[in-house]
Amino acid sequence: MKIADKNTKAVDLVRAALEKAKECEDYHAFISMNEAHALDRAREIDAKIARGEDAGRLAGVPFALKDNYLSPEGHTTAAAKMLENFISPITATAVARIEAEGAIMIGRTNLDAYAHGGSTENSYFGPTSNAYDKTRVSGGSSGGSAVAVALGIVPFALGSDTGGSIRQPASFNGVYGVKPTFGTVSRYGVVAMASSTDTMGCFAKNVEDANLVMSIMAGKDEKDSTTLDDFWTKPLEEAKPAKKKIGLIKDFMGEGVDEEVKAAVLGYADKLKKAGYEIEEISMPTLKYALAIYYIVVPAEIASNLSRYDGIRYGFRSKEAKNLDEIYSKTRDEGFMPENKRRIMIGNFVLSSGFFDAYYLKAQKARTLLINEYNKAFEKYDALLCPVAPRPAFKIGENTSDPLQMYLEDIMTVPPSLAGIPGLSIPVGKSKAGLPIGAQLVGPRQSDQTLLHIAAEVEEK
Amino acid sequence: MSITREDVLHLAELSSISLDESQIEPLKKDLDNIVNYFSQLDELDTENVEPTYQCFDMQNVWREDAIVEFEANREDLLALTTECEDNQIKVPKVL
Repeated sequence: MKIADKNTKAVDLVRAALEKAKECEDYHAFISMNEAHALDRAREIDAKIARGEDAGRLAGVPFALKDNYLSPEGHTTAAAKMLENFISPITATAVARIEAEGAIMIGRTNLDAYAHGGSTENSYFGPTSNAYDKTRVSGGSSGGSAVAVALGIVPFALGSDTGGSIRQPASFNGVYGVKPTFGTVSRYGVVAMASSTDTMGCFAKNVEDANLVMSIMAGKDEKDSTTLDDFWTKPLEEAKPAKKKIGLIKDFMGEGVDEEVKAAVLGYADKLKKAGYEIEEISMPTLKYALAIYYIVVPAEIASNLSRYDGIRYGFRSKEAKNLDEIYSKTRDEGFMPENKRRIMIGNFVLSSGFFDAYYLKAQKARTLLINEYNKAFEKYDALLCPVAPRPAFKIGENTSDPLQMYLEDIMTVPPSLAGIPGLSIPVGKSKAGLPIGAQLVGPRQSDQTLLHIAAEVEEK
Repeated sequence: MSITREDVLHLAELSSISLDESQIEPLKKDLDNIVNYFSQLDELDTENVEPTYQCFDMQNVWREDAIVEFEANREDLLALTTECEDNQIKVPKVL
């Protein structure tokens, strides 16, 4: 990516990004632009450089921010009516770290409201179009960020990934998407979805940029007690895999997976072979249960996290409410999207007395079996390879009337989320219709840089 | 297991969401489909398996019991409410 220096002005980088965003307005990648603040900040960076001061590792680099990261510049909406007019009094740690290195937020990107969805169609502000076909979805929930990078508006964008929300839109739009190990990047100041699987990551056009952005965001934060000590510290060439062996997940290369997707992933496996990797098929029979586990565990955590939206302390309050109970119930009826309500209600169902053991506890036990299966696989392999999604981007409106069908699109991205392990979405080809296809590399905890190292070895530049 | 109209109303109450009539039937259908999908977990033998509630075994992350200045001030936080008066958030009469 281009970084501002004596010859490249931050103001020019930011202006170019804002102009490009304007040209691409009809994709609806952004919910709001941050033009005035961004230009002010760019001038500050240029002045710093002129004075000969260090302006940071991302000096003057424009970036796009998923609109569920809190920042006092503009509204943080989470693409929900509930937060349509919310101005954050705080800054998310990840944003503060990126901005401290000189990067400049030019706008806030669209998502499924509260990050609930896989197509950005659940946004209160309407869907984002795919960068390669305007009639198709951008993927989600971080659809706007993926499209902003794919269209070349910004060199990187931040996203969040709870069950595939970075990896799947990255694959639908032909860019890299990094979902790190759980606890790598602080969640402080990001609108909470599911506390046991929420992770913060990024989109970029190449491995080097992705590695740089992640290395800046990663590390312990006192404001999020689940953060790990910074392990994103190596030069990428040193993050070598120990075994040079990769398992190709057979269970995700069979029935129900698009032939062009399979061919692209096999093509990528061949490239890895040529780079000296041993590729073996592996069967992981518990993976197919991950989707059911996910849609029990995650809604339960959503029901709890979204109970804070009470219409009292902040956010939308229904004008119809006549008493305290109605403030809660009418505000939540009007302020949430249908998918938010479904997830909250499923969560309260699996947690309610009489059903807790049969659903929630059963799912958390099954989650242990899933983790055991991964651990066993990683005794033999550095990483596992599979598609990111069963097919390329689907049509806008195709799945909206059938929530279960929409959930099934997440089948390949939810398993690593439940295990807290990293997943990297890599652009590996296009369908005959010109739609991008992604492959997913998954590794053990804190092997994030190793996954990027592997991808860099076969990266097309 | 099938989700009934009464289940939907009960869950809406647990969720503090007031539903109008037009939302009830579609929710019943969607929740029923989703909950039935969960039944595949019955195929897994989870006898004597410990549940995983969180992926990292972090317990009791301690910090010093010291006062730390919060980055936002009281005025900015109160400005986020719909109604407030004399540093108090206003709601309709409860009793």
